[in-house]
Order: sequence, then structure tokens, then C-alpha cells
Amino acid sequence: MLEAAKEQAIVARGLKRSYKTRTETVDAVQGIDLTVGRGEIVGFLGPNGAGKTTTLKMLCTLLEPTDGEAIVAGCDLRRDARGVKRRIGYVAQGGTTMREAKVSLEIVSQAQLYGLSRQEGERRGKALLKALDLDGIWDRACGSLSGGQRRRLDIVMGLIHEPELVFLDEPSTGLDPQARANLWNHIRSLRDQFGTTVFLTTHYMDEADALSDRLLIIDHGRIVGEGASAELKERLSGDAITLTLRTAEDAAKSQDTADALENAANIVCEGNVVHFRVPNGASVLPGLLRKLTDLDVEPIGVEIARPTLEDVFLNLTGRSLRD
Amino acid sequence: MSFFRDTFIIFRRATLLSLQNPAWVIIGLMQPILYLVLFGPLLLRMTSVPGFPPGNAWQVFVPGLLVQLGIFGGSFVGFAIINEWRSGVIDRMMVTPAHRVSLIAGRVLRDVMVLMVQAIVLVLAAMLFGLRVPFGALLLALALVAMLGASFSSLSYAAGLSMKSEDAFAPLINTFALPVLLLSGILLPMSMAPAWLRYVSDVNPFKHMVEALRAVFRGEIFTFIVPFGFGLSLALVLISLWTGARVFRNQTR
Repeated sequence: MLEAAKEQAIVARGLKRSYKTRTETVDAVQGIDLTVGRGEIVGFLGPNGAGKTTTLKMLCTLLEPTDGEAIVAGCDLRRDARGVKRRIGYVAQGGTTMREAKVSLEIVSQAQLYGLSRQEGERRGKALLKALDLDGIWDRACGSLSGGQRRRLDIVMGLIHEPELVFLDEPSTGLDPQARANLWNHIRSLRDQFGTTVFLTTHYMDEADALSDRLLIIDHGRIVGEGASAELKERLSGDAITLTLRTAEDAAKSQDTADALENAANIVCEGNVVHFRVPNGASVLPGLLRKLTDLDVEPIGVEIARPTLEDVFLNLTGRSLRD
Repeated sequence: MSFFRDTFIIFRRATLLSLQNPAWVIIGLMQPILYLVLFGPLLLRMTSVPGFPPGNAWQVFVPGLLVQLGIFGGSFVGFAIINEWRSGVIDRMMVTPAHRVSLIAGRVLRDVMVLMVQAIVLVLAAMLFGLRVPFGALLLALALVAMLGASFSSLSYAAGLSMKSEDAFAPLINTFALPVLLLSGILLPMSMAPAWLRYVSDVNPFKHMVEALRAVFRGEIFTFIVPFGFGLSLALVLISLWTGARVFRNQTR
């Protein structure tokens, strides 16, 4: 692949993974192209079973791709897996520590596996615990921590060797709202303080919205959309506008007017109500109302709703993220 | 060499993890002693039965217990690896630059060490009961237990990590354990068995290992059965370590 790919945190081309079951071959990931720049926080968004974790495991050297190639943290995934391993951190969905083990044992042995000395592991481990508000748990058993604490400990484990790129698989699943918000702050400060590139998978819209600079949307093993959250919403969905009129006749006239608008989509007329979507609705609406006044039509209700990632997803895939 | 360093790191972690739960350590040590106390006296009465092999009853019984310790001490560790896998520990370690084979080798080493301690406790206790054996025989006995332990712990980790489910792993252990136990003459020597049963038991390699160790305990080191039994266990340990290493290496396939 191009030398230029080494300047990026991740460049993947045609990454594929298929599983053989007894009766058929299942294509979990059907050829993914993606680029993540250094220092970015990129959210990998998709419903359960879309191929997020499979893609992540391939990029982390946990699963060999059936086809395709990737440069991860400047190293070739196929030819220099060990180089990739040294430079990345991986925080799996299901946790990383044994219930029975002491926090210190897990942290220090993890550091040693990256070639650090026991003393260095201890020093870095304690500093990271402090940075993630986990002071005082050094001698506790991992199983005695709260869900939020244990999740932050997982992140400490993934950062012990100061990786330049860290993969987080569904970081906040199972946490209460307060612990989630707290975790998000910590993830953001990772990038701000250490310049770490963060690649995270999620199936929560709010998490993707709150954390990511940029989103990659995956469905059925393919990337179906890409861009910053606000941009995706603007480009793919637009604002939802609802006009309520006095009569069905007025509604029909309004429908025609909306039809004439540039970029208006999904125009639906139900009785005396007209729904449609249009990018940048706030600036389109005054003009529309003026035109309606010219036609002697006066709406009795006007509603404008900003798009959500849910709308973007629906628009891209034709189904809801929760399906 | 990073392989040895990685192996030692895994060994140390596994050992400390075992020591964090002293209850299991004590139960592990108690088991062989229970066999001596609760089963030994029965066997003492059997020495006059036709077919009972030559030698003191303890010289017949303790080799059987040692082989049993080696086989069953190692067999159940697969449950632990399933637990570690479910906790995310295995994946986490596989993402580190550590040698894949170290991840199993360090754990096997811990299991062998635990077995060595148990075997020594067993032999010392048996000596209190009246076992008399040459020192060299004890060393050979420990070597055999170590080889068996390494074999079964490797195979158990390999099976556990391949299945990733206790519900599938438990029946496997049971299916394997009962015939091995019954056909190896571990508890009662196969020389007491009718001819047909003896022929069936000849197929079981563990019977020959038990017989070899009994010969060693009688001081008959230079008889055919000894190199044969030890040769079998050497072959077993090589195949098992290779299988275990292969399963860990191929986890990402």
C-alpha cells in the first residue's frame, strides 16, 4: 500500500471476513475501506450484528482477515502484526480482568507483557489509575469494583504501554447514565492530553454523537455512510418540518409548494398536516411561509425538528438502529 | 529470549492468582491424603487375593494414585481457561506482543508446579503409612507425574479454548475420565482382572504407565515395562504440548 498510509492511524482497503458454518459461508464483513487520521476520535456505528466487532478484531490482530489489507499505526497488519500490537491498545467489549485477581496483579502483568519492567508497570499503572479517578483500588480484587470503575480499569489496561491508537469496543454498554458521561469525559481527555487516536464502536446514538469527531456507519458488513455527525445529519437527513393547516385543501397547496423547494424530500400529506424533510430548515422556512401567504394559505402550526443520528441511520439503511 | 520471559510472566500471574484463593490450595492438598486414609486400608486387605502384584500394598497403591493425580490434576484446568476467556483476559493477552505459545506454556508450568507439590505431599504422607521406596524411584515418579500433568493440562486448555463452553467441556471430561480410570488399574491392579478385561486394558496407555511406576517402586528399573511406560508418557507430552501450542496460535484464524 502507499507510503502515505503510514501517516494515518488506520488505512484499510477491502477488509473482508467470512465464517464457515456447517451449511454455508457467512460474510460478516464484506470489504471495508476506511481511513482514520492521527489524533481523531472516530465512532464506528451500526446495529448489533453489523460487523463492528469483527472489523475491530481484524484491525487489532485478533482475527485474520479473509481478504484485504490494512496499515494500522504505521505497520502492515498482515506482515508486521507484532509491530501493530506494540503500538495499539485494545479494550474488548466484555472486559479484560479476572474477578478474583487483584488490580495490581492484572496491571503489572499486562505491562510486563509489553516488555516493561515490573517497577515501570507499577509506576504507570498508578499514574493511569489516578488519571481515571481510580486511586486507592490498587490492592482491591477486580470483581469488587463497580461497573463504571471496572470499565475504567479496562481502559487503564489498554493504555499501560502508552499506545498511539486505542480501540474501544462498546465502551459504555451496561453503565448507568452518570458513569457513561464520566467515561466519555475520560475518553475525550485521552485525546486532548496524550494525542491518542481513539477508534470506538457503539450502537448508541448518543455515545456516537457525544464522543466522535467523525462517524463511520456500518450495516450488513459494509460502510454505508461517513462524516461528522452534524454534516451527516445535514446531508443525509435534513430537518423534519411539520405544517398543520386549516383544511385538507390548504394542505394540498402546501404540499405543492414544498414540492417546488430544492432538496425537499419525504413529502407526505396526511389530512390537514404536511410533513417533509429539508436541509437547513431554519433558513428555508421563512421563504416557504411567505409563498404560502401569497397563496392565501395560513398554517396554524409550524414545527421544525433537528435531525438525529437515528434519522440518518434510517435514511441510509432503511431501518432503525434498534432493529 | 522473549518466549521465556513471556512464559515466566504468565506463570507468575497464574501462580499468584492460585495463591489468592488458599481454600483451593488446601483442598488440592487434602485430596491425595483422603485417598490414602479412606482407600488405603481397604487395599491392605487385598494383598492376599490371587493376582495381586508382588510388593508391599503401598508400593502398588501409591503409583496408581500418582498417575491419577497427574491425569486428573491436569484435566480440569480447561474450565479455568473458559472462565478467563469469558472475562476477556485471553483476548486481551493475545493483543499484546507476547508470544502466543507463552500464554499456554506459563499456565501449564503453574499446573505442573502445583502437581509437584501435591505429589510430594502424597508421597511423604504415604511414607508415614509405611511406604518404602528408593530415592531415585521418587524422582522418576515425580518426572512421570510432571509429564502427565503437562500433557493433560495442555490438552485441557486446548479443548477448553476450542469449545469455549462449560456445557460442552464437562461431558467431554466425563466421557474420557471414566474409561481411563477403570481401564488403567489405578485403583485395583489389572493383574487381578479376567483375561478379556486385561486385553482391553492393554489398549489404554495409562495402564502401562501405572505398571511402569509400580515396577520402579519395586526397584525393578531395568525391566521392559519401565522404558515402555515412560516412553509412552514422553510421546504423550510432546503431542499434547504441540496440540496446545497449535490451538493458541490458531486462535485468530
